[in-house]
Amino acid sequence: MEHAIEVSGLRTRYGDREVLKGLTFSIPKGKTTVILGGSGCGKSTLLKHLIGLLKPSEGSISINGREITTLTEPEMDTVRGRMGVLFQGAALLNSMTIADNVALPIREHTKINESTLQIMVRMKLDLVGLSGFDHFFPSQLSGGMKKRAGIARALALDPETLFFDEPSAGLDPVTAAGLDELIFKLRDVFRMTIVVVTHELPSVFTIADHIIMLDKGDILFAGTLEGLRASDHPRIRMFLERKSEQEIYSPDDYFRVIAGD
Amino acid sequence: MAFTLRKDIADASRIINNTFYWTFISPFRGKPVRVRATVSEMVKAGYNSVPIVAVISFFVGIILALQAAYQLKRVGALIYVANLVGVSLTRELSPILTAIIVSGRSGSAFAAEIGSMKAAEEVDALVTMGINPIRFLVSPKLIALMVMVPALTMLSDVIGISGGFLLSVSVLDIHPYNYYQQSINALLVKDVFTGLIKAWAFGIVITIVGAYQGFKVEGGAEEVGRRTTSSVVASIFLVIIFDLFFTMLFYYFT
Repeated sequence: MEHAIEVSGLRTRYGDREVLKGLTFSIPKGKTTVILGGSGCGKSTLLKHLIGLLKPSEGSISINGREITTLTEPEMDTVRGRMGVLFQGAALLNSMTIADNVALPIREHTKINESTLQIMVRMKLDLVGLSGFDHFFPSQLSGGMKKRAGIARALALDPETLFFDEPSAGLDPVTAAGLDELIFKLRDVFRMTIVVVTHELPSVFTIADHIIMLDKGDILFAGTLEGLRASDHPRIRMFLERKSEQEIYSPDDYFRVIAGD
Repeated sequence: MAFTLRKDIADASRIINNTFYWTFISPFRGKPVRVRATVSEMVKAGYNSVPIVAVISFFVGIILALQAAYQLKRVGALIYVANLVGVSLTRELSPILTAIIVSGRSGSAFAAEIGSMKAAEEVDALVTMGINPIRFLVSPKLIALMVMVPALTMLSDVIGISGGFLLSVSVLDIHPYNYYQQSINALLVKDVFTGLIKAWAFGIVITIVGAYQGFKVEGGAEEVGRRTTSSVVASIFLVIIFDLFFTMLFYYFT
């Protein structure tokens, strides 16, 4: 199997706290990979490393064969030109219309004339089901539509790799399912490598080809959906069966906790 | 404490360095400054501040003339009101008043805009699109303020002197032509010019402080508010420091 992204020995520290504890994994090309994990397990930090917003303390990340941890900013920009990112809140620029938002990366990086550009923007908007919303401002759209517009912008330069940060967070089940379908379509029709960071199980079960599960900055599981379902690791079972991890105090312990020592 | 101070200095120097690079050097390497954004910043920071700068300068002109008259009429040198108003406005008060108004209006707006973009991951989004946020957000503002603060200062010079003039001819009974002659003789090109150099420097200070505070935002709305406040306080403070520096420089070297 060909790999789009290969990570080895990735370590990150915020001060004394180690957030990622030496991760080694690879992400297959042309498939949807889900990075799964509870809140605070380091999955957002990992995503920021993959898209080059953070530099790791140790380790290497190679994207389509290029080692990105040692690149300079201009070199990194050429790598970024071939990836698209959907942020959690879509991160559209609020001062511009949807059409201008989608056109922004094209305007910045190519010298396409204005009429062709308009056609490209309409194509991208149509692809995500937002035809006719060109002249709306982000604040006039619903959460799900903003995310779709964010995807259209991420697709603007026809990337090879797409990253999604919590695509279904804060959306109702129907809208979330619509987004999952769109992710499906992007993989099947455009053969893109898709990396999704999420903790929403229903969408994991629909879209994932390959799963990487993180727990406390470590890889708990890497493999297929069937493998995850069949796993009997207690932390994975807890996650899949939605069990809380609250510890049960003895009366003495509880007294000690509330007394503050 | 020592660690955060060192980090603050490093962050500030990185922003200063990048801002000057993306504004003055990269346009010659094929990455031009965004012209439309620059014009829109000029309108927001310059054109829209014209009324407030005009009104404040007018009143300050009147106040200066009155305060000067209070002392000068005792020695029978009332005509020197013209010198005092003209020189103190062009050399000192116009640039500093304009800078304070602009830091209150635009410096705070820069910090709030960049800060809320940072909080909403919009700055990260720009980076992942391969667009440098400094070039995209700060360079147009820097150029706008470098042009507009001196322009507003000139406006403030003219309106402030007219305020002093109107008061002197009406209340102090100075003949209009005498006042005019006295002002022309008192003012040197140097006076106006040093004021404009100060104003230009203040424009840079206000932009950098606003951008620095904006990019410092890590959390949410509450921090945006806090950073906006400190951007105004810090830019007024730094404007005064730079004013002191330039005034000393001009005192000894012109």
